[in-house]
Amino acid sequence: MNGINRRDFLKVGAATAGAVAASGLGFDLARANTIKQNLKIAGSQELHSICPYCAVGCSLVAYTRRNADGSTRLLQIEGDPSSPVNEGRLCPKGATAMQLAVSRRRIEKPLYRAPGSNSWVEKDWNFMLDKIAQNFKASRDRTFVAQDVAGNTVNRTEGIAFAGGAAFSSEEGYFATKVMRTLGLVHLEQQARV
Amino acid sequence: MTNHWRDLKNADLILINGANPAEAHPVGFQWFVKAKLDPSRGPGQGGGAKIVHADPRFTRTSALADTYLRIRTGTDAAYFGGLINYVLQNNLIHADYVRDYTNASWIVKQGYSFQDGLFSGYDKTKRTYDISTWAYETLPPANPGDTFARRDPTLQDPSSVFQLLKAHYARYTPEMVESITGIPKADFLKVAALVGEMGKPDKVMSIVYAVGLTHHTTGGQLIRSAAILQLLLGNVGRPGGGVNAERGHANIQGNTDHAISWEILPGYMKIPAPGQRTLDDFVAQSAPKKSDPNSWNFFGTNYKNFTVSLLKAWFGAAATADNDFAFNFIPKPAVNSSWISIFDQALKGNMEGLLLSGMTATSIGPDSNQVLQGLAKLKWLVVMDAFATTSSEFWRAPGQKPAEIQTEVFMLPTTHWIEKEGSFVNSGRWAQWKDQVIPPQGNARHDHWILADLFDRVRKLYGSAGGKFPDPIKAMTLQYADPLKPTFDELAREINGKDLTTGKQMASFAALKADGTTTAGNWIYTSSYTESGNNMKRRQGVDNPAANDPTGMGFYPNWAWSWPLNRRILYNRASADLAGNPWDPKRPGIKWDGTKWVGDVPDYPPTMKPVTQDPTAWLPFIMNGEGTGRLFSNSMVDGPFAEHYEPIESPIPNPLHASQSESPVAFLYDQAAGRPNRFGKPEQYPYVATSYRLTEHEHYITQHVPLLVGLQPQAFVEVPKELADQKGIKNGDRVRVSSARGILEVAALVTKRLGPMTVGGKKVYHIGIPIHWGFVGIAAERNPELAKHWLANALTPFVGDANSRTPEFKAFLVDIKKIE
Repeated sequence: MNGINRRDFLKVGAATAGAVAASGLGFDLARANTIKQNLKIAGSQELHSICPYCAVGCSLVAYTRRNADGSTRLLQIEGDPSSPVNEGRLCPKGATAMQLAVSRRRIEKPLYRAPGSNSWVEKDWNFMLDKIAQNFKASRDRTFVAQDVAGNTVNRTEGIAFAGGAAFSSEEGYFATKVMRTLGLVHLEQQARV
Repeated sequence: MTNHWRDLKNADLILINGANPAEAHPVGFQWFVKAKLDPSRGPGQGGGAKIVHADPRFTRTSALADTYLRIRTGTDAAYFGGLINYVLQNNLIHADYVRDYTNASWIVKQGYSFQDGLFSGYDKTKRTYDISTWAYETLPPANPGDTFARRDPTLQDPSSVFQLLKAHYARYTPEMVESITGIPKADFLKVAALVGEMGKPDKVMSIVYAVGLTHHTTGGQLIRSAAILQLLLGNVGRPGGGVNAERGHANIQGNTDHAISWEILPGYMKIPAPGQRTLDDFVAQSAPKKSDPNSWNFFGTNYKNFTVSLLKAWFGAAATADNDFAFNFIPKPAVNSSWISIFDQALKGNMEGLLLSGMTATSIGPDSNQVLQGLAKLKWLVVMDAFATTSSEFWRAPGQKPAEIQTEVFMLPTTHWIEKEGSFVNSGRWAQWKDQVIPPQGNARHDHWILADLFDRVRKLYGSAGGKFPDPIKAMTLQYADPLKPTFDELAREINGKDLTTGKQMASFAALKADGTTTAGNWIYTSSYTESGNNMKRRQGVDNPAANDPTGMGFYPNWAWSWPLNRRILYNRASADLAGNPWDPKRPGIKWDGTKWVGDVPDYPPTMKPVTQDPTAWLPFIMNGEGTGRLFSNSMVDGPFAEHYEPIESPIPNPLHASQSESPVAFLYDQAAGRPNRFGKPEQYPYVATSYRLTEHEHYITQHVPLLVGLQPQAFVEVPKELADQKGIKNGDRVRVSSARGILEVAALVTKRLGPMTVGGKKVYHIGIPIHWGFVGIAAERNPELAKHWLANALTPFVGDANSRTPEFKAFLVDIKKIE
């Protein structure tokens, strides 16, 4: 690093733009915006993320603040000016990432829909995972092929499929592959083909 | 991508096919524009790079391009085939590169042929090729086991790859290109003249594509045709060059690398096949074979080292030399088990359970109505997601009868990207680490903690109740502080691998061993997390270009980490000539400085002398058996050269060979399963449809983001003005688009962006279909009646590319009518 931190960078940028933006309103809009921006993120924690949408891999800077009750509040997400990929820029999706990050539309509790039912029922994690584990084992045992008709050892679970992964971290994806192959799955898929 | 986003600024010419980066990858597109605005780039005397956009629809990418070509969807192999023919006929290829760095000089054995649209070895009943004739003529072995190919460096032998290639593409005349693609001959020739300049060593072209090339029954070969052109022009391995897939999801690259994909193991090793009884059988049948004495065949040579290191990472102490390192713990699929196959097996009643994590089958398709039937035949479905999806809600989709659907459905709320740390890998192969910014909302859990907990419960059931082959389940390593909650850091270390003797993190995959003393969860990520720490966290970016981008080429080697070994441009030995000097001294990839290779991380032994100083030096493409770029390849199941075939549903017969119009080996799932095919004919479905994304949405999740729904509030299709006038459709009218599979009822956007074209002597129109809507999300909740038929993939056919089984989302036939 050459000694200029991110906030200084913003200020330099704003000062340059300010010469142009000194407006007919009689005051410098860019400077006012910078002050407003600094007030918003003052005293906040600066963290780094990557945009969750396409595969360009734009870096994000996220600002959070600890509330008095110990909870964390997300204040702001913006493009990371240090990134050689996006140099601070974001598209409309990345620029609205705050609305994906925190949303009243999130599913917050496990939901169960029984066969033939026309509604969800809230259940706890224990109920859900126990039931899925039992289903998983039963389906695996029913559809497991240890040897094929030619007598080859194949050790595969034919009747269960796992698909996913273009939106979760690589480390999760690696673990998913490890677990699913260990359980004998051959139907393993993610977004690459579709 | 062979290259990376920032590298686009190094190009003189950029061909964009099957992609719309200005709208779908807007921030990445800045690097295209930078090339355009850089006077040192460009054909001729420079003055800025030129951009050529070939697409059925005039988009914002076209608006910023220098040339827009209206091309019929799915015909890019004819366009690239025409360019291949043009550079060959006019001797505009990079001759030295083609002779020394491609397999042009390899001799193909007798028996190979191509006639009337069929390569040798076709079996009509099985709809597959026996590819044994797509092979090289081998020399009598000097040493036992050698399978070296005969070569003719003059490239004159009629059986040489070069001469066969020339003959194959001679049919792709400018007139034929016009007849297939709809691109007027004069426009094509102007572009061909620009492309022809790119064979000069000091010029370089990039080809950029997206799912507009992959989503076809010929997808694999469309991309091969681009790669063949780039090899002929000497543009692979060079800054500003390459064949570059944009990719559409934040971590699609990372999780392809980690093999959440039926046919591979982490790091692109093949999944074992039935009949491979031992690890050595597997390696012998899976690893590339050396076909030239100067080929290093690095991947083939190390295949066993990588496999054993993976098995040691997964099965630890249970993987020993005595049990072939637990090779039999890895399942061996009998048949293709990819995306469409999952739903095909469900329709057949063979699939009992499905876990979907961040993927919604109903919307993704193809053939959403048939997918819904498949989901209803499952015993159980687990949806792991942060938001409701068209799959979690499938049982109450419009027209479904919940009481009749016996599938037990589990919706598990997961954390999303900003609630967890870990790496995302972009399409340029850069693994960039992200922090956990906020805690999980509600009771949401990380996807992998859910899987860890589920695995633990399944394992306990096998412990208490017994069951089928519990051995791997008992043996799987869980060396995490809390086995129910592996940390991202622990997993990143495991992926990198370690030396079991010293306990130290591996520094390079070159040191992985087959004796069980090393581990690597994914060999291509070895060096991402070394003893010096997590390299994916590095942040030396554009704040200080002089220090952080020492070559000035935009590599930024200490920003994050890219696979393999932090290399920013794949195959970069091919960026320099035989003596080790860059083809273009102003744009070096790597360079021999007299004692070592400098520049990017070399895709080559770092101190191996150039072949001009050491005749035993390896050829440049170290990962395959030839050691050279493959103009002719037997790794594709539908042909060693790319050929144009029509989409399964096409408005015209193939102008090249009407007797074999579509791909002879495209996989027709319904037909193979004994169900009716349901393909439309142009008489009933006269219009060509293609699907795509808008800037404001990303597949389906953005239906939950209010600002984005505000920007693009409801489903629509784009209809060409001339056709709309004929059909009495006005802007904003509701229309019904129908295919042989389903219907879509949405608003019409009448536009000049789509226009008529003439192909095979026939006037043809395209209908454009954005994919983003369904019966779930803010827009659908506001308009539940209107949203009943908003699934774009209700229209698409249940067919797959012969190689990859990718669906044909981008070319199918529809009709359109105004809803009165």
